[in-house]
Amino acid sequence: MTDAITSKTAAELAGDFRDGTLSASEIVDAHLDRIEALNPELNAFLYIDADRARRRAADLDAVRAAGNEAGALAGVPIGLKDLLCTEGIPTTAGSKILKGWRPPYDATVVSRLEAQGAISLGKLNMDEFAMGSSNENSAYGSVKNPWDTSKVPGGSSGGSAAAVAAGMVPLALGSDTGGSIRQPAALCGVVGVKPTYGRVSRYGVIAFASSLDQIGPFGRTVADAAFMLEAIWGYDHFDSTSIEEPPTPVGSVLDDGVQGLRVGVISELANTEGLQPEVAAALQRSAGQLAAAGAIVDEVSVPSIEYGLSAYYLIAPAEASSNLARYDGIRYGLRVEGPDTAATNRLTRAAGFGDEVKRRIMLGTYALSAGYYDAFYGKAQQVRTLIIDDFARAYERFDVLLSPTSPTTAFGLGDKVDDPLAMYLSDVCTIATNLAGAPAMSVPVGKDAHGLPIGMQILAPALGERPMFQAGAALEAAASFNAAEKTGGAL
Amino acid sequence: MSAKITREDVAHVAALARLDVTDDELDRFTKQLDAILEHAASVEALDIDGVKPTYHPLPLVNVFRDDVVRPSIERDAVLSQAPEAEDGRFRVTRILDAE
Repeated sequence: MTDAITSKTAAELAGDFRDGTLSASEIVDAHLDRIEALNPELNAFLYIDADRARRRAADLDAVRAAGNEAGALAGVPIGLKDLLCTEGIPTTAGSKILKGWRPPYDATVVSRLEAQGAISLGKLNMDEFAMGSSNENSAYGSVKNPWDTSKVPGGSSGGSAAAVAAGMVPLALGSDTGGSIRQPAALCGVVGVKPTYGRVSRYGVIAFASSLDQIGPFGRTVADAAFMLEAIWGYDHFDSTSIEEPPTPVGSVLDDGVQGLRVGVISELANTEGLQPEVAAALQRSAGQLAAAGAIVDEVSVPSIEYGLSAYYLIAPAEASSNLARYDGIRYGLRVEGPDTAATNRLTRAAGFGDEVKRRIMLGTYALSAGYYDAFYGKAQQVRTLIIDDFARAYERFDVLLSPTSPTTAFGLGDKVDDPLAMYLSDVCTIATNLAGAPAMSVPVGKDAHGLPIGMQILAPALGERPMFQAGAALEAAASFNAAEKTGGAL
Repeated sequence: MSAKITREDVAHVAALARLDVTDDELDRFTKQLDAILEHAASVEALDIDGVKPTYHPLPLVNVFRDDVVRPSIERDAVLSQAPEAEDGRFRVTRILDAE
């Protein structure tokens, strides 16, 4: 019975709560039991908010018993990536430098979800400050992939992807700066959505690279991802980069099909270096399935996409070096006392940050330093324009674009930890989207010979979430991947 | 731009970024940053003279709001999370020498 509850989608759980089939307390207890059973092995949750979740569930049950409306997501358990501020609840961003910090306010996305009745079960593990593609950069230990615990879950939102894949929660929030929602979604066999830049408020989100960061949902179905996205997006006056124009719902297009939808297969990513043959085959199969469903499918070249990775690894560290200057041992988190304030800053940062964070801070400081600014940062910003222009040309002929989400399925824990550049290359398919500020999603479409999930990426122009979800739902229906395979019983 | 990053460069940026680094770390970071920068230098091959830079994906210039007073987070709530606080302020290590 408990397993049956944790295998349900968020939409099913919301329906069961509304019609009285299940109480919020039963739903929450079933998921907390599953977290208790699996978390020692998976390490997806950094903080389990059990008591508060049970109290909220009891409150929601009382609201329903009184005949009152409890919200669209009432009774649905969720998990939150640990860079989302939660009032009074530990928030670390996966870093030692914020160990024990309890934010004095909630992120807008958190308060919106709670206002609609969602129940947070806790905070999810991640690469430190969202820098990483395997979750091995967390200061609190790696997350393991529920499909094979010798493999990484992807990153940086590895805890979010693993928790949803394993049935610990049906929905989770992550953040995506260069692929940190889509790549772990692909590696863990779940759906992950990176919305248009500015669509979802970043207020209360611990910043990595502010012109690239965007919050988005994980679910086991495209419909669930749409359900959560619609609960969080829309204008927020606390975020000056928030888009004022109201979003058009996406839940209503999921059954529209793809008849006549123009789908471009990105040729540079269909042949990218290091592409696993099974992933290449899955791309061709997905393109064929969309064509069979009525889409008009053709190849399209986005030439500058190949320079995205280089531009990204100059721009993102540059922004990070500035954003992370605030961790100085003065206002919050760790302090390692030195003889003067500057020494306190240096000692605190040396002790509090992990190697990847230090590398990126130094890389960004270098790219922004006198004498190198034009050559590195300036040039990378020009490449950003080329990518935006190339995408615009592609979208004159196509409604959405298609590519693999990751060149490979989940790789082994430890395989790439000593080679940062090899790790960066696992983001080669996802990065250009962030540089362009556009939306993209990953949908699980199959498995490789080892039973590891393969994800396909659907890209759309800025504000193109509707055609993106249309294609995503069609691909999901055609692929018939069972994302709930790991949500009940032992792994 | 193809010039290699040296150990001295890394020590310099670490100092700018207020990061204490050990000798071992300097060796390791120099090698790793050099490999990353060599890859990043591929942007040099592009003929992009005259291309306008994009600093931000949204065409925002200045975002204004009405200048009205509204409640903010309580000072004590913020200070309760500081490593050290005193008399309603953050406490820092001495900056100036004592008289």
